[in-house]
Amino acid sequence: MADTTRPDTDPLAWIRSRSRWPVFAILLWLAALLPFWLFPTYLLLAREIAIAALFAISVDLILGYAGIVTLGHAMFFGLGAYTAGLLSARLGWGEPISGLLLAGALAGLVGFVVSFLIVRVQHLALIMVTLGLGLLTYELANALTWLTGGTDGLRGVSTWPIFNQFRFDLYGYTAYSYSLAVLFLGFLISRRIVNSSFGLALRGIRENVRRMPAIGSDHRWHLQKIYAISAAMAGVAGALLAQTTNTVALEVLSFQRSADVVVMLILGGTGRLYGAIIGAAIFLVARDQLAGINPQYWYLGIGLLLMVVVLFLPKGVLGGLSRLTGRPD
Amino acid sequence: MEEAVLQTQGLFKRFGSLEVARDISISLPRGARHALIGPNGAGKTTLINLITGQLKPDRGQILLAGEDVTGLGTAARVRRGLTRTFQINTLFPDLTPLEAVTLAIGERDGLAGRFWKGLASHAQAVEEAYGLLQQLLLAQVATRPTRTLAYGQQRLLEIALALATRPKVLLLDEPAAGVPKDESALLFSVVAGLPPDISVLFIEHDMNIVFSFATRIIVLVAGGVLMEAEPAVVRNDPRVREVYLGSARHG
Repeated sequence: MADTTRPDTDPLAWIRSRSRWPVFAILLWLAALLPFWLFPTYLLLAREIAIAALFAISVDLILGYAGIVTLGHAMFFGLGAYTAGLLSARLGWGEPISGLLLAGALAGLVGFVVSFLIVRVQHLALIMVTLGLGLLTYELANALTWLTGGTDGLRGVSTWPIFNQFRFDLYGYTAYSYSLAVLFLGFLISRRIVNSSFGLALRGIRENVRRMPAIGSDHRWHLQKIYAISAAMAGVAGALLAQTTNTVALEVLSFQRSADVVVMLILGGTGRLYGAIIGAAIFLVARDQLAGINPQYWYLGIGLLLMVVVLFLPKGVLGGLSRLTGRPD
Repeated sequence: MEEAVLQTQGLFKRFGSLEVARDISISLPRGARHALIGPNGAGKTTLINLITGQLKPDRGQILLAGEDVTGLGTAARVRRGLTRTFQINTLFPDLTPLEAVTLAIGERDGLAGRFWKGLASHAQAVEEAYGLLQQLLLAQVATRPTRTLAYGQQRLLEIALALATRPKVLLLDEPAAGVPKDESALLFSVVAGLPPDISVLFIEHDMNIVFSFATRIIVLVAGGVLMEAEPAVVRNDPRVREVYLGSARHG
């Protein structure tokens, strides 16, 4: 680890240096543009990665920064997906941007209501509550077949061109551009949040929740706020999926999706935002490649990958890289 | 008597059949330097937990500047100026001291909820935090993760975090616990240098330190106040010698 001790450093300059853009981040975003030219056949996968990355960032905000472990975040992803989907399929409104905003607002609102329960439980009970809420939502959507289409999925979603200009094409150029732009925006917002005084308070909660009241912190209120923000972002990610695939499957609410997003985050590294993006890319590219080898047992490879990372790179791939390059966290 | 900043009136607390606080009524005037002493298990830390709200008393009241705070939570009491430090370091291992103290200042000034503004834009809070760290001899390590700090430095950070809340009343639970003797002198020179208008109540086992820093001593035995008096009186009281000083072979 590099020596960060500079006794006579201006403290403000040091604080500022903590939120600077690292070089690799700029490279990462440039690399995100490569599929347009280099791998146009993989644009659909790239779009899927962008959506999963946004979802993973939303989970990183609560898991990586505030220490809330969740196994039910698909609840908000699915809520967003169904909001955008139903808006088009049942109400005939297919304008994408307003659909995204509405989906985010609704998921955020539900997240805020749920947060009153979330901040009152910890550890194992917390995981069980998030899991239970996720399963509950799944079964609810399953039961409301008349509205959601149940296991058949929601059909008849049709998304209008973005800004009335850019039609969704068969190859996924528009879908990936759209998803990438929303991911970047979500990333910028998240980055702002984690580098704020509020973000510092969240790290304080993660580091030692017992001390927080002793420095006068109303830490439950902080947690409720970030939980609602995270839920809204997950909802936007879900809406993106609905709009770019023009269908909503019951799977958007599944436990599998809640678990996968946590796996992505652990692969990439928690509490650093970029880990969410890298993790989503690794997970989905690995799935794509492994499914090509053996469509039935591809999860075997993911399992191995997860174990290797957890055992040898406990802070995820990004944590390992930053140790290698001597950059402190 | 002078105006009391902190007052407890008839505090009672029992854990099952064990009475840990028995009719405790104490009073801290502005600028007090009171020591709380007593044998192990006398209920010293319990009393601090009751005063700061980690524990709810079964009966009795806690008044801060004449206002009843018995029903308030810990955080609300801190915001009114009633702050403590912990006997066992209760810090933020992966935050740097600069971040931790800035966090405490942010909570005090109501900045901690602002998620739309960068931390560096709160220049005043950061500068104040650094100033406080300088005052507590922690400027050299201000930007190192807390977990890498020497134990004595972590004890100082405990006090820095408490001071960042701008307390009216500061409760120090064995500030020098676990620190070697020569370093504990340094810690108490920091305590001695605290602003004179802060009222301090500290728990300490080393009688030399108690007698040199306290202007008044409260002796707690088995959950009740045995006596409260000036150091000279306490030192010569036969009951105190018997229950405490005698058995500890101090003084």
